[in-house]
Amino acid sequence: MTIQDIVNVLHAKVLCGEEKLSLPAKTACCSDLMSDVLAFVNEKTVLITGLTNPHVMRTADMLDLKCIVFARGKVPTDDMLEQAEEQGLIVMTTKVTAFTACGMLYEAGLRGVPIDWPKEGEA
Amino acid sequence: MSTMIHAVYPVKADDYTFAGEASTDIKRKLKQLGVDSKVLRRVSVASYEVELNLVIHSDGGELIMDVDEGGVTLISKDVGPGIPDIQMAMREGYSTADEEARSLGFGAGMGLPNMKRNADDFSIESEVGKGTCITMRFNLA
Ligand SMILES: Nc1ncnc2c1ncn2[C@@H]1O[C@H](COP(=O)(O)OP(=O)(O)OP(=O)(O)O)[C@@H](O)[C@H]1O
Ligand SMILES: [Mg+2]
Repeated sequence: MTIQDIVNVLHAKVLCGEEKLSLPAKTACCSDLMSDVLAFVNEKTVLITGLTNPHVMRTADMLDLKCIVFARGKVPTDDMLEQAEEQGLIVMTTKVTAFTACGMLYEAGLRGVPIDWPKEGEA
Repeated sequence: MSTMIHAVYPVKADDYTFAGEASTDIKRKLKQLGVDSKVLRRVSVASYEVELNLVIHSDGGELIMDVDEGGVTLISKDVGPGIPDIQMAMREGYSTADEEARSLGFGAGMGLPNMKRNADDFSIESEVGKGTCITMRFNLA
């Protein structure tokens, strides 16, 4: 799958990074908790979130993520988009809820980002 | 070993707008040095976590980065309030983050364990009323 496929599946509107839609997308994760994203995401993945604040962009930057999908029609502020542009991020927004977006993408073949930590059962 | 970079970043308490600027600059400097992308990512994540903790939990402090041929050292020092029970604070899921921090997507109680996991060496010292000092070392090559 490519980022363009994600745009098509979600009928999403691309807000920045239009020139990079041919990049591959192997996995995705969905969270409003940036602490968890920072702790569990170990590879370049697509982040689906309903949270719109500058720390979403920052978190993506620290993890070298390339694509953020804002669900339920959320649109980041112009400042955030400027920041995303600088970071070279692809940002899109879809009308559907995060749950529905995940379901549609899963059905289209996208899978969750593998998590190797913390090990299950570990306190 | 000779120091290649020494940088000090003051971090203010509760300054959520500025939070992350130090880590962004640290990442930029290390990238310019040509640091391997996997190591760069580990340093960036740990740096962002420790910087956020300074903003969310401390009364203010600073983040210090030193780079030599062998690796990167990050030190976070603050002026209080200190951590009463370090063992408890290191536990996954333990958090005293307030509403504001939680509303921004933080406060999962994952920061300290995540720093420990990402760093090659991690140490934390804290004294209530005095402050907290965290030292992390990341080996290069
Ligand atoms: N610099 C500090 N000064 C005082 N207390 C701290 C400091 N850093 C961490 N703590 C305490 O340790 C707890 C655990 O920190 P940790 O970073 O693991 O989680 P968190 O910051 O609460 O949530 P998260 O990092 O997942 O957003 C904090 O909730 C806080 O009580
Ligand atoms: Mg934290």
